[in-house]
Amino acid sequence: MPVSITNSKVIYQALKACDIRIVSALPETWLVHLIRMAEEDPEMKLVRLAKEEEGVGISAGAHLAGVKSAMLMQNHGFLASINGIVSFAQLYKIPLLMLISHRGSHGERDPWQTEGGRVTESVLRALNIPVERLDNPATVARKIQWAQHLAESSLHPVALLLMRELMWEE
Amino acid sequence: MQRLECLRAIYKDLESCIVVTIMGAVAAELQSLGHRPNFFYLQHAMGLASSTGLGLALCVPNQKVIVIDGDGSLLMNLGTLSTLARYRPPNLIEVVFDNESLLSVGGFPTATSTGTDLAEISRASGIPRSSTVRTIAEFSAAFADAMRAAELSAIVAKVEAVGPTRYVTDLALLENRFQFSRYVRGLRGA
Repeated sequence: MPVSITNSKVIYQALKACDIRIVSALPETWLVHLIRMAEEDPEMKLVRLAKEEEGVGISAGAHLAGVKSAMLMQNHGFLASINGIVSFAQLYKIPLLMLISHRGSHGERDPWQTEGGRVTESVLRALNIPVERLDNPATVARKIQWAQHLAESSLHPVALLLMRELMWEE
Repeated sequence: MQRLECLRAIYKDLESCIVVTIMGAVAAELQSLGHRPNFFYLQHAMGLASSTGLGLALCVPNQKVIVIDGDGSLLMNLGTLSTLARYRPPNLIEVVFDNESLLSVGGFPTATSTGTDLAEISRASGIPRSSTVRTIAEFSAAFADAMRAAELSAIVAKVEAVGPTRYVTDLALLENRFQFSRYVRGLRGA
């Protein structure tokens, strides 16, 4: 599977550097290495979900207790989480650090990913969620750190889109 | 059995726990008995109270976390039971007040009115300590057992579809949120 182990490691180490202690996740192809790294790390609590929206509750509970967390999900999982994001995170000023694999954009071969790929960024904009693309390993650590700072200072969800250039080696 | 009676029966225990409720009647009734800084009322995002309880229970393992859920909310996120079962936080109690109704929007019947059994779903999801109770005595005993047990518990309490006349209280959502967070962080020394 040509998912980049090297760049998954860069992302994971950046999360660790931000003092992330809980990661919620629902498996998807581009996230497999990241999820495995979280699972094998004794300092990290991985919460495997049935549906991505649960992750909003996990991250909210962690934040209310003063623990830093991140959410790993596919863009379709983000789309499935919107009520939780709006009616919990945004309503109650809860920071969320959302790492979203951006499937269905240029280069996508799976037909079923393509509609989600087309709407993800405009839905993020409609929700007023600050978003950055992660496409270059050289800037990953800084962008994750900055996203985490912004989420915590604004008490608001922040999104990082994991792009094909970063995640896929083909 | 009425929800308010049940809440009154366990209020003393709740004083020392982290408590997360759903929106609507439960939140208003618990506040009518007396708000405390360790009570958080999730006034929307139906289905996520138990997920929030799980996040809290994992972060504050030495403290009992009580989720007070409802049939309508839980039916919106049944997968949460499988996630709770997977991590089995021994300090979490999931209480479900099942009035077989979406009371606050006019009392429309939920699927528990036509035979869906939430305690059986909970047990089959991997929470063996799941029960249904129908009287105050049964509820109090089940809750006391769950408080003593170092094991994830689910209690489905069948209650009448009656609630308060108003749902909006004078506690602002954000006031509740920041007060609660300060309390929980204090427990962790964070």
